[in-house]
Amino acid sequence: MSLFSSTTALLGKELRTEFRSRELLTTTVVFILMVIVLFSFTFDPTYNESRRFGPGLLWLAFLFAASLMLQPCFLREQNNDTLSALRLSVSDPFAIFLAKLVANTLFLLFTELLMLPIFAILYNVPVLRVLGQLILVFFLGSLGVSIAGTALSAISAQARMRELLLPLLLLPLLTPVLVASTQVTVGLLDASPFLEWKGVGFLVIFDVVFLTALWLFGEYLLEE
Amino acid sequence: MKKQVLAAAIVFLLVAAAAYGAFFVAPTERTMGPIQRIFYLHVSSAWTGLCAFFICFVANVLYVFRRQPQWDWLSISAAEVGLVFTTVVLVSGPIWAHPVWGIWWTWDARLTSTFILWLLYACFLLLRTLVEEPDRRALFSALFGIFAFLDVPLVFGSIRWWRTQHPQPVVMGGSGSGLDPTMWKVLFFSWFAMLALMALLMRARYVMEAARGELEMVRHEAEAV
Repeated sequence: MSLFSSTTALLGKELRTEFRSRELLTTTVVFILMVIVLFSFTFDPTYNESRRFGPGLLWLAFLFAASLMLQPCFLREQNNDTLSALRLSVSDPFAIFLAKLVANTLFLLFTELLMLPIFAILYNVPVLRVLGQLILVFFLGSLGVSIAGTALSAISAQARMRELLLPLLLLPLLTPVLVASTQVTVGLLDASPFLEWKGVGFLVIFDVVFLTALWLFGEYLLEE
Repeated sequence: MKKQVLAAAIVFLLVAAAAYGAFFVAPTERTMGPIQRIFYLHVSSAWTGLCAFFICFVANVLYVFRRQPQWDWLSISAAEVGLVFTTVVLVSGPIWAHPVWGIWWTWDARLTSTFILWLLYACFLLLRTLVEEPDRRALFSALFGIFAFLDVPLVFGSIRWWRTQHPQPVVMGGSGSGLDPTMWKVLFFSWFAMLALMALLMRARYVMEAARGELEMVRHEAEAV
């Protein structure tokens, strides 16, 4: 089986598993919603303040949510003893990572887009006029989070204190994503919105670097 | 044993000579005054810390491809020693910054990325304590070490581009920056002394880790019998 066909087959499996229970998506949506509401108590959410702090809090909420959401990614395989079967089923172990990270990117993107209108209403920030560019940033940011997160969840699944370990390993690693996506989002939510290409390019670089690293070293993460 | 004592004595003398150089040989900086002398400790520790992390990275890569426990032992020794030097940087920095900038800390590129670097390697060491099985621990920490090291230039780049409250870099900075020749000499001598100290500490830690690894192996075999 080629990399593409095995990836699509595995991706189908990931999506089916999630849409049967929808546990991950619902809990993540509620979590992000909660963070957005709680954040409003930490500063005075006036029009100007919201524009300054809004993008940062949005991305921080996404990052925290992702570090929880990526938890079961490999843990589920581990608990069900399906990791060996998964490894045997494909010729290239990179397909397992690719399928999982695409699924995670889709889940993240989905929850982010669901949260965007709520954020816009609660914090009184107009988002419609820059919706296309926002989706681009959300996609590139979520892709970076998913690449690093999928790799690290393979590590944390086999350690003690795994619930705490994944955020601990993931969040410092994601500093560049947080900085770049926040900056681009700040530009887009500005009174006269602009797309900071430097930030978009930076996110692309992050994604490419970590995807290459995963492609080179991913198979070692799945060793018995 | 004799050799180790001799090496330790030499390193002690080197560090003492570097301290003497920093206090008495290097000229006093014009605007900052005597407090600037912490520079020789601060910058040489920073460079040494980076060297240690680079050694850790090389050991991580070699472990992944060769699977010899020696590389794992080297990587943990390098990471721990690097973390100590980075801690020195993070502590000496604010001591220097407070009288000069008037603040203990600023979220500028170098400070922030050094802090993130420190956090990443602290997590690297933490990860090692949370995986029981020795081979798996070595492999996972090696892979995380590789990811962490790849992340460092990205962290630095992102913060440098967007958080530009930046003091002019003195070493390898733009035009108008630069050091007195004597300051350079003292700085390089301090760096050399710190590198010697790093090698000494790393060797001691390596010997300890090797003994621990061998003990673990013997115990494992004894359990199997």
